[in-house]
This record gives sequence, structure tokens and C-alpha cells, in this order.
Amino acid sequence: MAALGHLSTFGRVTHAVVRGLPESLCQHALRRHKGDEVDFARAEREHQLYVGVLKNKLGLQVVELPADESLPDCVFVEDVAVVCEETALLTRPGAVSRRKEVDMMKGTLENLQLNIVEMTDENATLDGGDVLFTGREFFVGLSKRTNQRGAEILADTFKDYAVSTVPVSDTLHLKSFCSMAGPNLIAIGSSEPAQKALKIMQQMSDHRYDKLTVPDDVAANCVYLNIPNKGHVLLHRAPEEYPESAKVFEKLKDHMLIPVTNTELEKVDGLLTCSSILINKKVDL
Amino acid sequence: MTTEVGSESEVNKQAEQIGSGAAQEKPDEEASESQQNASLEPEEEKRPVSPTASKSPRSQKKEKDPSESRGISRFIPPWLKKQKSYSLVEAKDGVERKEPTEAVVEEPIVEKDESLPEEGRVAKGDAEEILERKRQDVKVDEKDEKHSVSSAETQPAKEDSKEIEVAKVEGIQEDKREGETAKRETKEVQTAELKAAQKVSKKLKTVPCKVMLLDGTEYSCDLEKRATGQVLFDKVCEQLNLLEKDYFGLLFQENDQKSWLDPSKEIKKQVRNLPWIFTFNVKFYPPDPSQLTEDITRYFLCLQLRQDIASGRLPCSFVTHALLGSYTLQAELGDYDPEEHSSDYISEFQFAPNQTKEMEEKVVELHKTHRGLSPAQADSQFLENAKRLSMYGVDLHHAKDSEGVDIKLGVCANGLLIYKDRLRINRFAWPKILKISYKRSNFYIKVRPAELEQFESTIGFKLPNHRAAKRLWKVCVEHHTFYRLVSPEQPPKAKFLTLGSKFRYSGRTQAQTRQASTLIDRPAPYFERTSSKRVSRSLDGAPIGVVDQKEISGPAGDVSVYGPGVAGQGIFQDGDGKREVRSPTKTPQLQFTTEGKKNSLRVEGENIYVRHSNLMLEDLDKTQDDILKHQASISELKRHFMESTPEPRPNEWEKRRITPLSQQTQGRKDHLFKMDILPVKEKQQIPAVLIVEEKVQETDKSSHETLNVVEVKKQAEVGKEERVITEGVNGRDKVPPGSDSGETRKVEPLTHKDSPSLSSENSSSSSSESEEEDVGEYRPHHRVTEGTIREEQEENEEEVEEEKEEQASKVVQCMEAVPEASSVKQITVETVQENVVSQKSSGEKSLKEGDKQDIREETEEEQHKVNGEVSHVDIDVLPEIICCSEPPVVKTEMVTISDASQRTEISTKEVPIVQTETKTITYESPQIDGGAGGDAGTLLTAQTITSESVSTTTTTHITKTVKGGVSETRIEKRIVITGDADIDHDQALAQAIKEAKEQHPDMSVTRVVVHKETGVEEEEE
Repeated sequence: MAALGHLSTFGRVTHAVVRGLPESLCQHALRRHKGDEVDFARAEREHQLYVGVLKNKLGLQVVELPADESLPDCVFVEDVAVVCEETALLTRPGAVSRRKEVDMMKGTLENLQLNIVEMTDENATLDGGDVLFTGREFFVGLSKRTNQRGAEILADTFKDYAVSTVPVSDTLHLKSFCSMAGPNLIAIGSSEPAQKALKIMQQMSDHRYDKLTVPDDVAANCVYLNIPNKGHVLLHRAPEEYPESAKVFEKLKDHMLIPVTNTELEKVDGLLTCSSILINKKVDL
Repeated sequence: MTTEVGSESEVNKQAEQIGSGAAQEKPDEEASESQQNASLEPEEEKRPVSPTASKSPRSQKKEKDPSESRGISRFIPPWLKKQKSYSLVEAKDGVERKEPTEAVVEEPIVEKDESLPEEGRVAKGDAEEILERKRQDVKVDEKDEKHSVSSAETQPAKEDSKEIEVAKVEGIQEDKREGETAKRETKEVQTAELKAAQKVSKKLKTVPCKVMLLDGTEYSCDLEKRATGQVLFDKVCEQLNLLEKDYFGLLFQENDQKSWLDPSKEIKKQVRNLPWIFTFNVKFYPPDPSQLTEDITRYFLCLQLRQDIASGRLPCSFVTHALLGSYTLQAELGDYDPEEHSSDYISEFQFAPNQTKEMEEKVVELHKTHRGLSPAQADSQFLENAKRLSMYGVDLHHAKDSEGVDIKLGVCANGLLIYKDRLRINRFAWPKILKISYKRSNFYIKVRPAELEQFESTIGFKLPNHRAAKRLWKVCVEHHTFYRLVSPEQPPKAKFLTLGSKFRYSGRTQAQTRQASTLIDRPAPYFERTSSKRVSRSLDGAPIGVVDQKEISGPAGDVSVYGPGVAGQGIFQDGDGKREVRSPTKTPQLQFTTEGKKNSLRVEGENIYVRHSNLMLEDLDKTQDDILKHQASISELKRHFMESTPEPRPNEWEKRRITPLSQQTQGRKDHLFKMDILPVKEKQQIPAVLIVEEKVQETDKSSHETLNVVEVKKQAEVGKEERVITEGVNGRDKVPPGSDSGETRKVEPLTHKDSPSLSSENSSSSSSESEEEDVGEYRPHHRVTEGTIREEQEENEEEVEEEKEEQASKVVQCMEAVPEASSVKQITVETVQENVVSQKSSGEKSLKEGDKQDIREETEEEQHKVNGEVSHVDIDVLPEIICCSEPPVVKTEMVTISDASQRTEISTKEVPIVQTETKTITYESPQIDGGAGGDAGTLLTAQTITSESVSTTTTTHITKTVKGGVSETRIEKRIVITGDADIDHDQALAQAIKEAKEQHPDMSVTRVVVHKETGVEEEEE
């Protein structure tokens, strides 16, 4: 049994949890900037494609939760739980309107027989989007949505790993400009805040990570999976959306690259990692 | 050598004295005392002495190593002849002076101490002991007599009346010098009361010692009282049959904190309380345990980690607790056996601080999956998982940041981690850290400028107290050295300009220990994995410590796990084992060997050193006397050299080069310690080549230790040498009369203050260096020599650990005790010269008094060069005028730079040795005018500190003088860097200036000389 941070197991995923998007998303989803209205139909289509990739193309067991109209942001499941190995930390999202999203997630994860830890401290806030797990350690963005206390609770939950904090001020989440694109490989945007954050992460870490710098910050948010028989799999933003960044991804020879369009949800600050929780369950346990 | 002079006559006097004085006092007691004496064995006739000793502890000082007191031994025969009458005298003496109760109290202690040693020891010691005691007695008498002469002020009233009377009768004959000593002794008397027990020959003294082992058993042994940490550690490792021992260490409880026992120092100086109880622990967690050579080493590491985990020091998630627990079961119980392992077999183990049923079930479940793993394999698996834990090998220290927020500093293999609660909020990798220092309860790190930044920054943390800061600093020094360096820095030649610790990690580095491990050639030793049940139980969340020990302390029989048979497989002798293991490497090996020898020397030196202190009284006399003589001879030497060589500076260098330091100084050392350090010395010194010297004036003392982190070590090459000499004289401080002078006055009489923390070896070497330098222009140095020596004694006397603050006060005390003697004058003369320089610079700055400087002891020059780091130079400091002269004969280059051209440069007249090319650049600030100033002022203190690393030798002299109420401090730093890399002189110069400025912002740099010598072979002449 491989417990801690074995690189070979990084990205191993057997299950995914996703959630449908409510129509209320178009009008009421939280968003940092007023902009184009979300085309709900198109958003739904994009989301279905996304789920389809996970389920059909990659063969994951996907748990699809129904949308809740009272929770316009509920499609972004990533923010309400952090799952690492067999432990799931149910967060206390920074946005009050999203706290109820946790409830359904809790039941779902319990059904998956994960060790559940709830963040009950009323002073703590944490969005999963601020949590970057590298396989060796956690980085937690301290943002408008995530505070120190939230990060502490995360550190208490995942005691095996170092948890370092990274100030995030210019974007919604830490993962608004970065994500893991492979074992030991951090995809990072080119903006100054992104690069600055990367520097901090590099300084805080005992490990040396490779970095994959992409021109567009949001394109740096991709989904890496390690799927048996498929190897490195990377869901990244489609060339139609971010052609320059896509070119960078295309240089990853060892990866199975799957372009995914996410134009509509991006309007409400939703990126690729936001819409799923990936879980690695041992088959025989 | 007062002893020689006075011993016989004094004996007589003593007799008289006693006769007259004692008879009056307490006849009854006397009678009983002598009765008691009569009943004792011959050798025990001397017993009364010990009571005497308690009363006048300085007599202990006499107990110095026999070999050291040449003079004394010469007189042994006469004493023996007189023995009879003498001992009578002694008895009376004791009665007369001692409170009966005191004597009684003292007696049992003595008894006990003597009874501790084994027969062998007694047998061996008998004859010697008798002699020694007699000697002691004589000395005691002498001392007492002297004491009586001048001790009126300090002696207890009762004694006073008596002694004064005596003094009138006999004291006339005493010379002044003795009076001086007596004063000092008086001080000792007051402070050394505790040492009375040591009076008895040290050979007989052992101290029971307990070590809690990782498997929960206890190892007991008796240690010689003066044993170093290494002795005990080696014993323990031998007991454990452990060869890869560099990862381990011994902890002892100190207040609430645990501290590592420094192997190089005597235990008794580190551990204040009896009994001596230690815990054997992992000190340096191997980042990759799979690289350990032996399973037994991994086993001990596992035991440590199980403790760490069970106590919560090493946090793990539930899953990891379960997994690690399952490997523990596999290692200790073997394959899961449903029959044998009933449902509750597991609850006897502790896997986690708060272990739940659920966890135990999980452990069992996982245990079943490990079927077939051997214990060693299970241990390996355990370690593979444990090593990934983020807190693996992180030594946490509580602190506050600059804003008072509670944080923790974690020291680990890679650097320094900063935590707030459980969050890592910053991290400083070792390569990023330029300097580590502490000052009082503050701990500082100086870090390299970040990519786009231009300046280094210093980050400060507040530790709970001074001790904590120091402990953290030490741990940092050790971790950095162990994990990052190929070989340790030369053990603290001394701290640079600091009064504080010169501590350095002196053990093997990880690289060395790995190398050594490859040579381990023995069949895998058999060892039994003791069940961790008991261990974990007793741990119960509480870190190992005294409490545990109580709980666990079983019969010594427990240890038999490692029974004799087992030990047989290992290496029997510590010393042998060490050497054997150490011999591998090539170049490093040389270094290494040297190191080893050095260490052992150090140990010895320290012992002797202590003996010195026991003989303080006499020793002081001698020292004082000797120093004078010695000094005189040095001055002569110096004169000689100066006459013969018109150009002192280059000449000095040449000389230095030609003659190994060790040789030059050997006489001195000999004198001090009667040890032949030469070979070692040579090894150490010869390669040293680059010299930086710096003179700075500083307000007051600065004190705190710093470590410059030097990542890369260059192998010294003798062929090519470079020297940089930097000499800066700093602006004197104007000390407000009120503030400094208070202290100043006290100190007024001559004192040489040295870093008290210097070990005997250190000081001896520094003294030797200074002597050498004295040959040239650097006169203060040899003065310093005395200071060094004396300070040493001082230090010993009080057994102080290297805390500068403590020291400072100590020094003052000692200063008071020293009247101005002729030696002072001599010294003063030299001071004048120094002061000439300083006076010029005076007025430059008013320094804030009490401003303490952060002083670096390491040469950053080297660092820069080695690391290719860019040096930031203060351009405004750079000299404006540069003159170059190239003497025709040899490739010699002299560059002198004067700001205001007031100062003359040093021209080369002396033709350097042909094989070398030298280049010298001198910088002098305008404030110096060549001439000299008025009166010399009084030298307050002088100290020399020498530090050495592989390629660098740094010598620092600090002198403080007082002139007309104004005190000035002058710091000279000389750094010799050996290496084959080319040195950019300008850069070196600039760097030296810059560093001096940085280190002593409130002082001014007056002179910097960069001198380079290169082996000609390397040049294309």
C-alpha cells in the first residue's frame, strides 16, 4: 500500500463527483467581473462534454449530483471538499451563499467511504479552489475566499503533508492561474501575480517542481489524471479558446491531451478543475 | 613560578604560622581532628586537607596536572622528606581554619567519591594519589599563606582576624606579585566553594550516569567526572553495537528544554544536575534511510520515529498511523497469525498519541497484508513512509516573529522552516542563508537577496530566552554542517569577534558518515527487536525525558538484550572503531584525521585546562609571572625581527609562511599544556593562506554568535596561496563619561579579556597566532595572548558556559582582582601604538554606547569567491588614490591607497621568497595620521579569537583601551584564505571594507590591506 506522496500514484483517480448546473447560475452565480451573460444551454453542453470525458473517455466512476436552483454556484464542486487519499475535508466556503452546497457533498463522500472531516470552525473559510495539492504537499492560497484558519484546519486534516500558504490577491483562487499538469509539474500562468505566486511556492517547498508556463492564466488551470492503461492524461482548454496556451500543452509529449471547452462557465470564474472532485479509491478496500 | 621560589620557605612559614595561630584557636577541635587523622591510613593522613580545601578552594587549583607543574614536581622529594612534620602542620591547619562541621560534611563526599572507582583504579591510583595529595597539601599551605597576606578584604571576618595577624608576622616577605594573586584567589574562594569536593584526586572521581535507550531500556555506567560527551556517547554506541552513530546524539534535560550533549565538551560543564541522565536519540534524521548501511541503524531510527509518532512530535494522518503501525507489528511480531494474535494483541502497542479502536482495526487489517516481510524489510517500509512525512526530521523551536506573533522555527536537513500553527509560512533553504546569529534572546538569519533584490536582508525572531536562542542557533549550525557541508568547518577556532559561543559542529557530516559507512565490513550484527509495547506505553504521549526514565527505569539487566555476545561482533574500542571507519576518504581524509586528532587533543586540553583552574592560585602566579617573562621574550623576538627586517609586514607574512604556526608557537603551547600539538597544528595551519586583517574600533564589546554559512569548501592547495589582509581601524567611540566609564574604571587595571568560551585549544592557538603576528606591526596581538590564557583560566574557574553576558561580568570581576603590575606597563606600551591609530580616528563618530555589533566570524570573502556571489561594494568607501609599486626583483606588487594621502603606505623592501608572488593592496582611511598620539591610555581588554575552516583562518583581535575616560575598541581581523581560485584584489578589498562596515556600522574602517601570495609555479613568469 502506497501511502504518502508516491509520485507514481499522483493523479490516480477512480471516482469523480460532479454536479449539474442550475439555471440560476446565469443570473446569480457569483462573479468577480460583470461581463457577458452566460449562455446556459451552451454552458450545459460544455459541462456534459466535460463529464463525458471523465466518464466515458477515461472510465471513471462519476457521481453526478443534481443541480440545486437555490445554489447558483453548485456546479463548482471543487470548492466544497478537498479529497486527498482516503480523507475528505468538507470546507466552509468563503462565500456565504455557497455554504449549503456542502451538505449534499457530505453525503456523497460518506457513501464513498472516505474519512470525512468537517470544517466547523466559524472563523474558518476555505474554498477548494485555493488548494493546490502537488502530490507532495499542499499550497493554500489565502484569498478573499480562504483564510488562515481554514488553511490551518486543512493542515490538521492532512497531517502527513506540509501545508504552505500563498497570498492570492489578484484572482479569485490560487488555482485561477495554476494547477498540476503532471507529477512534479506545475502549470502556471504568465501574469505577474501568477509568477509571483509560483516563486513563493518554490521558495516554500523542499521539492523542485518543473513548471509549465502558459501565456493565459486561466488556461493554466487544467486537470491532470493518471489513468491505468492511458498514462498521463491532461484536460486542458481548447485551442479555440486559448490557442497560445494550447500550443504549450501540445508540447507535452507523454500526455494524452484532451482539449475541453469551458467558455461559458469561465464567465462566472469557473475553470476546469472547479467542476469535479477527483477521488482515488482502492479497488479492493 | 612562585612555587619554585617560595615553596620551601613557605612551608616553614606555614609551620610557624600554624603553630602560633592554630594553637590559640580551637584546641579541642584540633585534638579531635588529629585523633581522627591518626586512625587513618597513611595516605589518608592527608584527609584533613580536603576540609581545608573546602575552606580555601583555591588550593584545589594546585591540583593541576602534575606534568604541568614542572616546578612542583621538582620539589617533591624535599616535600616527601618533610612529610611528617608537614602533615602535622596540615592537620592543625585544617582544624584551625575549618569549621568542624564543614570538615565533616566534606569528608563523606570525599569518601564517596573514592569509593566509586573500581579496584583497578584505586590500585593504579594509590601511589600517585599519595604523591599528589602531598603536593596538594603543600600547595594548600602556600596558598593559605599567600592568602593570608592580602586577603583581608575578602576573607570572612573570622578568618580575617586570624590571618591578618599572621600576615603581619610573615607577610612582609611576600612579594607584591603574590599579593595580587591572593586577591584573585580570594575571588575564587568565593566562587569555587562547590569545587571543594574536587579536591580529591580527580582520578578517583566517577559519576554514575544513566542513558535511556531507544528501546526503553536503560544503560548505566560510571563516568570519570571530567569525561567528555564523546566518551559517554561512544560507550553507549558500543553498547548498542551501533557503527553509524553520527546520526545520533545524547539529550539531557535542561530546565524545561532538552539540549544536545556536546561531545567535545566535558559533561559536567553541560549538565548541571546530578544524576546524569540522558536519552539516546536520533539527532540528524537521514533524509533517505535506505542509504543507511546497516539494518541495526535503521532499527534504531525506527524506534526513534515510533517514539516521535506516538508522542505526537511527528504528526501523521490516521491512515499513516495505521500503515506505520502495521509495519511495526510486522517487524516485531512477524506475520499476522490469527491464532497467536488475538484481537487485543494490538492494543498493547501504541501507534498514535490518541489511538482509537478504529485505528487499531485498521492496523490489524494492514498487518495482514504484510505477510512475508522480514523485520528488516518491514522497518525499511516503515521508514520509506515515515520519511515522507512533512515533519520528518524537523526540529521545532517556539519563537515569535518581529510582530510578536507566535511561530515555530523548524530546523531540518534542507534549511529553516517557519510555521505558524501548522502552516508553513516561510522557508529558508540553507543555500539562501548567509548568516545565522543570535543575540540575547533574538535569533537572526541573514538571507541572500532574492532574484531582483539588491540587498541581503536580515530576519529576526524572538525566542523565549537566551538559552533557547542559543540552542536554536546551535542546532542550525549543526544541521547546516551535517547536511550541507562535505566536512565540518574546522572546529571553532573561535568565534569571530564575539564573546559568545564559538561552537561548531565537530562531528562527521552526512557525507562523511556515508563515506565511512561504506567501509563498514562486518556481518550484519544480530540484534533483537524488543517489543515496542513497553516503549510506546511508557511514552504515552510524553516525550522521552526524566519522567519516562522513571517509569521505565528497569534493572540494568534490561540492557542484556545487547549482551556481550552481541557486542563482540562490533568494534570493541571506540577509538579504534572511529579510526577504522574514518580512514576512507582521500583528501577529505587528511582533513578528517586531523580533525579527529584535534578533537582528542581538545579533549585532553580541556582536561588539563581544568586542572589549571584547580590550581588557580598557583597558576595565576605562574601565569602572571610567566606571562611577563614570556612577553618580554616575545618583545625581544619582535624587536629582533623588526630590526632584521625593515619591512615588517611582508616580512611577517613571509615568516608566517615559512614557519608553520605550530612551530613558532610550540614553545608557548608546550608551556601551557605540555602537549605536543605540533603535528596537528601543522596540518591545520600550513594550508592556510589568505589573510584578512581588520582593525576596528568599537564601542563596547559586541557579542553574539554568528555563523556564516559557507556552502562550498575548497580544498586548500599549498602550492598556491593567496592572502588578503584587511586592516581597518574604526572610529573610536566617544563614550559618555558616565556610561562606559563606570565599567571602565572597574576594569581599569590591565585585563585581557578573551572570549571565555574559547577552549584551551582555541585559545592556545589564537595566542600562538597572535604571537606570530606580533612579529610584525601587530603588536597588540601578543598581549592578547596573555589575555587568552588568563581568560581561559577564568573560564575554567567558573565553569561557565559560553554565554557572553555571564562572561562579561566575570571578566570584570577578574579585572578588579588584578592590580596593575609591571606587566601592565609593558602592555600599555603596545597599546600606545595601537592607540595612536585609534586616536586619529576618534572624533569621527560618536558611537552609541552599548551598541552591540553583530560580528561575523567567518570570512565572507571566501564565501563570495567560492560561490561566485556578487559583492555589493560601498563605493564611497573606496580609496581615491592608488599607488602601485612593483619591486623589480620578485613579482611583488604593493598597492597603497590613501584617502587623504595622510598615511604612508607600506612599501616593500623585503624581498619575498622567491617562490611566491605577492600582491598587496592597502587601504587607509584619512582619519589616520601616521603619528602618534598622545598617551597610550590604558588597555582594558584584549582578546584574540581564531576561527578556522577548511580554507580559511580568521584571527580577530579586539582590544579595548581607555584614554582619558574615553574608551575605544579596536578590532583587527586577519583572514587567511587558502585556495586555488584567483582572488580579485579590488573586490577582496572592497569586500573587506564592506564587511567591516556592515559588521560594525558604528565603527570606522581605518585600514585594509589585501595581500596575495601565489606560488610561482602557477605563474607564467
